[in-house]
Amino acid sequence: MNVIFYIAAIVAILSTIMAISNKNAIHALLYLIVSLLAISIVFFILGAPFIAALEVIIYAGAIMVLFIFVIMMLNIGLEEELEKKWLTPKMWIIPSILAVILLIIFIYALKSFSAQASGHVISPKQVGISLFTTYLIPVEISAILLLAGITGAYHLGKQKKKVIHRFLIKK
Amino acid sequence: MTVTIAFIPALPLFSFLVLSLFGKWLSHKAVAYIGVGSIAISALLTIIAGISFLSASPAQGFFHSTLWQWMNTDGLSVDIAFHLDALSLVFIFVITFVGFLIHVYSIEFIADDEGFTRFFSYMNLFVSSMLILVLADNLLLMYLGWEGVGLCSYLLIGFWYKDPANGYAARKAFIITRVGDTAMIIGLFLLFIQLGTLNTHELMQQVPLKWAEGSPMAVLIAALLLGGALGKSAQLPLQTWLPDAMAGPSPVSALIHAATMVTAGVYLIARTHVLFALAPVVQTAIAVIGALTLLISGFSALTQHDLKRILAYSTISQIGYMFLALGVGAWSAAVFHFMIHAFFKALLFLGAGVVIFVLHEEHDIFKMGGLRKKMPVVFYTFLIGSASLAALPLVTAGFYSKDQILWFAWSSNRGSVWLWLAGITGALLTSVYTFRMIFLTFYGEAKNEPHYKPGPLMLVPLVVLAVLSIVGGFIQLPENFGHIQLFSKLFESIFPETILSRGKSMELIFQLLSAVVSLGGVYIAYLLYYKKSPLAESFEHSAVHDFFYRGWGFDTLYDKVFVQPAVWLSEINKKDFIDSFYNGIAYFVLFYNRLFSSMQTGKIRWYVMAFSVGIIIILTIMFTL
Amino acid sequence: MITVSLEIQILFAFLLFLIGLLGLLVRRNIIFMLLSIEVMFNSAGLVFVLASSRWGQTDGEIMFIFILAVAAAEVSVGLALILQMYHHYKTLDADAMNKLKD
Repeated sequence: MNVIFYIAAIVAILSTIMAISNKNAIHALLYLIVSLLAISIVFFILGAPFIAALEVIIYAGAIMVLFIFVIMMLNIGLEEELEKKWLTPKMWIIPSILAVILLIIFIYALKSFSAQASGHVISPKQVGISLFTTYLIPVEISAILLLAGITGAYHLGKQKKKVIHRFLIKK
Repeated sequence: MTVTIAFIPALPLFSFLVLSLFGKWLSHKAVAYIGVGSIAISALLTIIAGISFLSASPAQGFFHSTLWQWMNTDGLSVDIAFHLDALSLVFIFVITFVGFLIHVYSIEFIADDEGFTRFFSYMNLFVSSMLILVLADNLLLMYLGWEGVGLCSYLLIGFWYKDPANGYAARKAFIITRVGDTAMIIGLFLLFIQLGTLNTHELMQQVPLKWAEGSPMAVLIAALLLGGALGKSAQLPLQTWLPDAMAGPSPVSALIHAATMVTAGVYLIARTHVLFALAPVVQTAIAVIGALTLLISGFSALTQHDLKRILAYSTISQIGYMFLALGVGAWSAAVFHFMIHAFFKALLFLGAGVVIFVLHEEHDIFKMGGLRKKMPVVFYTFLIGSASLAALPLVTAGFYSKDQILWFAWSSNRGSVWLWLAGITGALLTSVYTFRMIFLTFYGEAKNEPHYKPGPLMLVPLVVLAVLSIVGGFIQLPENFGHIQLFSKLFESIFPETILSRGKSMELIFQLLSAVVSLGGVYIAYLLYYKKSPLAESFEHSAVHDFFYRGWGFDTLYDKVFVQPAVWLSEINKKDFIDSFYNGIAYFVLFYNRLFSSMQTGKIRWYVMAFSVGIIIILTIMFTL
Repeated sequence: MITVSLEIQILFAFLLFLIGLLGLLVRRNIIFMLLSIEVMFNSAGLVFVLASSRWGQTDGEIMFIFILAVAAAEVSVGLALILQMYHHYKTLDADAMNKLKD
C-alpha cells in the first residue's frame, strides 16, 4: 500500500512541475489533469473514496475543462514565441531560492510533530449525513456563493458594444 | 521754556514718521513742506531757546526737561530727559540752522530723483537723532542718538542703492564706526558698574571724587570712550570710511559728513571732559592722534582728483584740529572751530554739489575748468568758503578759530612745540590743497560745459553760509586784537579755563606766522597749478603721490589684516555644517521615499514575490521563537 | 492500511503547494498564473483530507467539498476577468496591467 502512495506522489509532483513549466497552454492543462488523477489515487488510499470521486468529477472534469474552453476561445496557441521569451532559465533562480527556503523552514517545523494515520474508510453516507445536519448552513451559503459566481462570470464575460449618443457621433 | 526743548528733536522725528508712513500718497510739494518745515520750526525754537538762555542766564547754567522714565531696572534708572546748556545750545544751533539751509538746497538738488520722499524722511530722522544726541541728559539716551545717526549715515550713503559700490561704501562706514561704538558701549558699561549712574551731570560730579588723577580705571574708561569718538569722527585709525562715504548725495555729505555727525566725537569728549582731565595719558593721546590725522589726511588731500574726496580728507584734517584742541585742554576753542568749520565745510560741499550736478556728474577736477565766468555766484561763495578753510588772515572766520587752536597747542600746559609744528604744517597743506582745488576747478580753460543754471533754492543757502563764514569769527577775537570773548564766556560754567604755561606775550608772533603760512600756501598753489609749473606734473607721477593718493595705504592694510581673514573664515563654513544636518534629514527622507515608491511596480508577480518573502519571514519568526 | 507517517504526507502536500507558488512567481502569462493558483488550492484541500483521514472523521472531507465549491466559483469569475483583460489589452501579459504603480 505504501508503494502505491509513493508512486502516486511522485507522479503528481512530476506532472505538476511539467504543468507549470510548459510553454503550450493546452499541454500544461493536460499535465495538470494527470496530476489531479494521481492525487485522486492518493485520496482513495487514504480511505476517502467519495472525495476521490469528487476530485475527478469536479476538479479535473469541470474546472480544467473550463480552462480549456477559455484557452480555445482566446485562441492563444500562436503566442508560443512570447512564452519562449518570457520563460528564460534566469527567471527560475530567485523563486527557486525562495521555495527552497520555505521548504527548509517547513521541514524544520515538522520535526517536532509525529502522528499515525488511523485508517478508517469514510463512506459517502457518513459524509452526506454530516453535510446535511452539522454543516447545513455552510452548504446553503456555498450555494449562494456559486450563484454569485455564475452571475459575476456571466456579467463579466459579456462583450458590450460601445454605444455613442447620436449627438456625439462625428459626421 | 523747558517743555519746548522737547519739541526741537520731536518735530523732525514726527515728520520722519509722517513721511515714511504716508509719503507714498503725498505730492513732492507736500513732502518738501513737511520735511523742510519741521527743521525750520526746530530752528526757530532753537533761536527762541537761545535768546531766552542768553538774556536770562538760568540757575545752574542749564535748562532741564524730563519727559518720562525710560527704564528703571536693577539700579539703572534712565529717563528720556533733555539738558540744554551752552555746549548743547551751540550744537543745536548749528545742527538746526545749517540743517535747514541744507534741506532747502536739497529740494532743488534731489528734485528729479525717484527717492525724493525717502531722502527727506531719512534726513529728518538724522536731524532728530543728532538733536537727541546733543540734548541727551544721560549717556544711554546719547547712545541712542549715536546709533540713530550711524543708521542714517548708512541709509543715506547708500541712498542710490542700485549701484553696488554705494552699498559697499555704506557698509564700510557702518562697520568701521561700529568698532568705535563697541568700545564706547563697553566704556558705558564700566561707568555704570563703577558709579551706578549714567546721568551726565551726576557722573561729572562723582568722577573726580572717586578716582584720582591717573587712576587706571579712569584711563581705561576714557580710552574706551575715545575709541567711540574716533570711530564716529573718522580719526586715526578708523578714518578710512569717510572718503568712500562721498558716494552719497552732496547734501548728505554736507550735513552728515561735514557739519554734524562727524563732530559727535568732539561733542562726546567735550561733554565728558572731567573724565578726560583725570586721564592725562588719554588726553595726550587725543592730541597726538589729532595731530597725526591732520597731517596724514592733509597730505592725502593734496593728491586727490575727485572734488568731493578732497573735501572729505579736508574734513578729516579739520576734525584733527578739533581733537588737537581737545587734547591740549582748549575746550572752547575746539567748539568754536567746530561751529566755524560747520559753516564753511557745508558751504564747500554744497558748492561742490552744484558744480558736479551742473557738469553732468563729473567728479574729476582735472576735467573741470573755467567755471569762474559761467557760474559767478557759486564761484564767489566757494572762494569765500575756501578762504575760510585756508584761514586767510583777518577777514575770514577760519583764521580766528584755527589761530586760537594753534596758539593753545603751543602755550597750553598740555601742549608742546611738536604739536604746534604739526598744526602749522597742516595749515600750510590746507592752504595748498584748497587753492589747488580752486585753481583747477574754476580757472583755466573750460573742459566741460555746464548744462544747467542753479536756481535760488540752491544759491541762497550758499550765500547765507558764505556770509556766516566771514562774520562768524568776529564773536571771538583773541586777546591782543579786540579781546572779544563772547563765545568763551558762554562756556565759563562748563569748561575749566585753559591753563597757559608759556609765552603769554608771544601771541602776536604766532598770529603773524599763521597768516604768513596761509598766504604762502595760496602762493605755492598759484605757482604750481595756475602757472602750470612742471613740478606739479612730476609730482603727479611720483611714487609718493600714489602713496598719498591711496590714503597712506590704510585701506590696503585693513584689507589684508582684517577683511581677508574674515572672508576666508566665512568661506570655510560656506556649506554651513549645521545646514547640512537639516539638508541631510531631507535627503534621507527623499531617499527612502524613492526607495519605497519604487517598490510599487504595479506588476502582479512582484507583489506575489513580496507575499512569499513576507511569509518566509513570518514563518521563520513563528517557528524559531 | 498505509503506514506512511503523517509528516511525509503533509510534506507531499507542501511540495505541491511550493510548486504552485513557484509557478505563480515565474510565469508571466495570466492563464498559467491562474493554473498555479488552482494547484495551490488543490494542495490545501489535500491537507484537509489528510487530517480527516488521520482522525477518522468527516469534517475534513466536508471542508474539501467547500474548498472545491470556492475554487470553482473563483475560476469562473477569474476566467471571465481574463476575457475582459484580453479584450482590452489584446495580450495575456500580466505585466501589462500595471496602472496601479506609483
